[in-house]
Amino acid sequence: MTSIPEIFQTMAWGPAPEAAGPAVQWLESHGRAFGHFIDGEWTAADAGASFETLNPATGKPLARIAEGSAADVDRAVRAARRAQADWWALGGHGRARYLYALARQVQKHSRLFAVLESLDNGKPIRESRDIDIPLVARHFYHHAGWAQLMASELPDRVPVGVVGQIIPWNFPLLMLAWKIAPALAMGNTVVLKPAEFTSLTALRFAELCEEVGLPAGVVNVVTGDGRTGAALVEHPEVDKIAFTGSTEVGRLIRTATAGTGKKLSLELGGKSPFIVFADADLDSVVEGVVDAIWFNQGQVCCAGSRILVQEGVTAERLVAKLRARMERLRVGDPLDKAVDMGAIIAPVQLEKIQGLVKQGQEEGATMWQPSWSCPTDGWFYPPTLFTEVSPAATIAQVEIFGPVVVLLTFRTPAEAVELANNTRYGLAASVWTESVNLALDVAPKLKAGTVWTNCTNVFDAAAGFGGYRESGFGREGGREGLREYVKWAWEKEGGTAGEAGRREAAPMSGVAPEQGASVPPSRRPAVPPIDRTAKLYIGGKQARPDSGYSLPVTDAAGQPLGEVGLGNRKDIRNAVEAAHKAASWARTTAHNRAQVLYYVAENLAAREAEFAARLARLAGDPDAAAREVALAIERLYTWAAWADKYDGLVHHTPFRNVTLAMPEPLGVVGVACPDDFPLLGFVSTVAPLVAMGNTVVAVPSEDGALAVTDFYQVLDTSDVPGGVINIVTGHRDELSGVLAAHDDVDAVWYFGTREGSAEVERLSAGNMKRTWVSYGRPRDWTDARQGAGEEFLERATQVKNIWVPYGE
Amino acid sequence: MPKTTDTRPAAPQASGAVAPAELPVLPRNPGMPLELDWVEDARVNRSAVERRAATLRTRRTVKKEWQAAWLLRAVTLMDLTTLAGDDTPGRVRRLCAKARRPVRADLLEALGAEQLPIRVAAVCVYHTMVETAVGALEGSGIPVAAVSTGFPAGLSPFEQRVQEIRASVAAGAEEIDIVVTRAHVLTENWPALYDEVRAFREACGDAHLKAILATGELGTLRNVMKASLVAMMAGADFIKTSTGKETENATLPVGLVMVRAIREYRERTGHFVGFKPAGGIRTAKESLDWLALMKEELGDRWLRPDLFRFGASSLLTDIERQLEHFATGRYSAAYRHPTA
Repeated sequence: MTSIPEIFQTMAWGPAPEAAGPAVQWLESHGRAFGHFIDGEWTAADAGASFETLNPATGKPLARIAEGSAADVDRAVRAARRAQADWWALGGHGRARYLYALARQVQKHSRLFAVLESLDNGKPIRESRDIDIPLVARHFYHHAGWAQLMASELPDRVPVGVVGQIIPWNFPLLMLAWKIAPALAMGNTVVLKPAEFTSLTALRFAELCEEVGLPAGVVNVVTGDGRTGAALVEHPEVDKIAFTGSTEVGRLIRTATAGTGKKLSLELGGKSPFIVFADADLDSVVEGVVDAIWFNQGQVCCAGSRILVQEGVTAERLVAKLRARMERLRVGDPLDKAVDMGAIIAPVQLEKIQGLVKQGQEEGATMWQPSWSCPTDGWFYPPTLFTEVSPAATIAQVEIFGPVVVLLTFRTPAEAVELANNTRYGLAASVWTESVNLALDVAPKLKAGTVWTNCTNVFDAAAGFGGYRESGFGREGGREGLREYVKWAWEKEGGTAGEAGRREAAPMSGVAPEQGASVPPSRRPAVPPIDRTAKLYIGGKQARPDSGYSLPVTDAAGQPLGEVGLGNRKDIRNAVEAAHKAASWARTTAHNRAQVLYYVAENLAAREAEFAARLARLAGDPDAAAREVALAIERLYTWAAWADKYDGLVHHTPFRNVTLAMPEPLGVVGVACPDDFPLLGFVSTVAPLVAMGNTVVAVPSEDGALAVTDFYQVLDTSDVPGGVINIVTGHRDELSGVLAAHDDVDAVWYFGTREGSAEVERLSAGNMKRTWVSYGRPRDWTDARQGAGEEFLERATQVKNIWVPYGE
Repeated sequence: MPKTTDTRPAAPQASGAVAPAELPVLPRNPGMPLELDWVEDARVNRSAVERRAATLRTRRTVKKEWQAAWLLRAVTLMDLTTLAGDDTPGRVRRLCAKARRPVRADLLEALGAEQLPIRVAAVCVYHTMVETAVGALEGSGIPVAAVSTGFPAGLSPFEQRVQEIRASVAAGAEEIDIVVTRAHVLTENWPALYDEVRAFREACGDAHLKAILATGELGTLRNVMKASLVAMMAGADFIKTSTGKETENATLPVGLVMVRAIREYRERTGHFVGFKPAGGIRTAKESLDWLALMKEELGDRWLRPDLFRFGASSLLTDIERQLEHFATGRYSAAYRHPTA
């Protein structure tokens, strides 16, 4: 025992343990063995295979956890299915009451949850107590509100149905809350699979569901490892998968669900930049780094793991300050209230960290760790700073998922942005500067779903969180997060084919006037009509197809009508490059984009009769053709109108800051246009994308391509900057496959066959691009909801949340 | 069981070297010429500072023996203060008696700390009470500090303020707590602030100067940082938050900014400057938060009376109660501890 006089002299820190008693008692009361929670019942813990969950701070077992089989998953999914209709029918207010009760229960048992989480995960009790669990309660409260407001705020939407949710081990209960709260609020039922390392708080949460009397089957918890997760992903009755975890597994899930029609949201890895400008408050920056990379032992998907700092004095001072700060960090027993870092989740993770640190040293970077050493009776790793790191170094590129940060330098703000975006990931970023001009200049340029200015790793239920690029898609939290758990009411009605398919049913007699080709051969004049060669449209110019082949287009009667270029992968490559060169389109004013679209409408209207005639020849019905052109003009007006009206939000997050939720364009988007309305389908898909600032590579429907190639001249005369809209004709499914597999394409919209949809989703896994596919289902392009709804705006953008604390 | 590959000997975590009981006397801060660029470059992000200040209290805590020892340390860092209009010689003598024996002897014995030299760091009074206090503290080694220079507003004629310092020093005050002209800060007249503090420092002679910035009246944290730097450049031995008379007293965010200024000054000049939060510190828990702030941001050296003081009047009573609670396991009452 250390004496008081001794401590009086040393003024050392002493132990400050949080009692584990109640948590241990809870484990004991369950015989340290747990089954699954399915349909409101607990399965016997010893019914099947099981595994141990360990305390990372000691390596000792805490409990045995059941390994969920495919049969367990099946029973859980069926229970969720049975429960879903009643849960939805309960209404928003009823669901709000349950969510509110869950929030209250979490708060009432907050310390048990916190201790259990720290025991199972190894995170410091300060974090589980002050961050994880309060955010969990906040998430349920916030979404109780969304349940209450769903009918009025999301009137055209209905639940997706049964949701399979797979969560990671780094924030076990918080990720559960992020998944379950919005799902339940929107009327879905769930089957949740916790990470195999950290099942305990999810199991305790299942008990809360019992305690509040949540109807059986609304929440099901099936424990297990990746195999259990795979069974959930593959289950045909699951309508949506929500996954948080590694990009590697996210890619497998994307591939596995391709073409199934399952809705998908993925929150994946990151290598988030932490940008320090010379005018930042450097002492606060140092604490920011602590919050960025030594929070949860660096096992945070959005950890600021790449410090980018102004080269020179600022970098030198920052390194010195960081080292001094690291010397004072404390690593130890996660249940000690005065440690900064606890234990690494598992030996496999510790070895990964050790391996990457070794590699970093071998590649020539300078490693620095504090002089003190970590406890050795669990899995601990000290805070680690790498300097002299080049962007090409492995440790500057891969996600380490440990308390290891690399520091690189930049010369100018432009270079900072370039380095920040020099990654496949795009989860989060933070920007440190005392200049609001600089901060708000840089934030929109960063490819990241969340940008924190002068703070980092702050979260709230009211703000959306999620990635750009290979950090996944979909948002969790805020209004934007609700979209992941609803579908449009008309989809549930099965959709209406509308005039789709009219082409096949069209009468043969409808022959368009004027066009020379329609005149019977016997009466052709001696001088042939001037040949019109429809090439491809790339970078604002007509371009010959690389293949040197053309594709014949026939009219409704099956007679040759003309030819279009047969585009191939090289043409797609060129079109994508042209689209990238036109990226400044995103930065032109929304007013300007609206003007251009109105002008397109004006010029289309000037040639209305000509387009109607062309469509009539293609499809055979002059009245329908005239309606299609008129509707296309109207639709251009719709998207021109929206260009400057799809506003962002300011979220009410609970501290002194403004959280700006800004819809941003996706970038370069490939579009495979629908068959049934060659012109209207093209306009309905391309115009909203362009209105929101994207640049497009469109592949027209094969049969109707001539209607789109005629459009080149409309574009040419309408001030559409070259490269904003690129058109490649050819075999649609082949070309959309090339687009889906192109790693410099940010999204693909595909309106075609079921098989083509599956292929697009499968190929998109390469760079985890956003996809919107039709699964071969009909959509009535003449209907305002189906052909021009808010859905198009949501699909044409992604939301970036920019946190701006203020105060002098 | 896999282990970390770290083979270095286990050391006490992040506590630094054990400081000896008696530390070498540090040279005083000589000050330096006013460096305006440095002052103008000061950056303080209020939201980030507040976040650090808030989490500092949740990241660190001391329990049991550690808490008792830290509270005893807090007692020895205290400028026991009375600055009331109704102060009398009798009241000041009572205070001085308490300063000599701030914690009941039986309590110290129960804590096993009877051999520790537990007495407060100084007694702080108005000029008119300096002589009384010096007499009452004779032989104790406890210095008397005088608030000065037109405390608390600092708006009496300049010569008069300088004269006040000389008078207090002549009366036996070894420490002078001066107040700065807030207008110099608010109008960013840094040369005027520098000259003022410099003049006060000269008037102090061998007495140590504590510069009260009255942070509650400076408007912004950036001003707090700049005023701290100027006061140190002008030769302040300590920088101090408040008079205790402003509506906003010593807060942790303000303290954090000031200790960061001290650290910066130390790093760039090599000189040590002390810190004194004053006003509004009433509970034992708060005193521990301040000690944690000093230990974390400046290090163990700043947990000694030559570099850290609390300005407090009612804090001591709460510390006594907490010490008794630790010793007996029973919650204590204020009346069980001798009053000042």
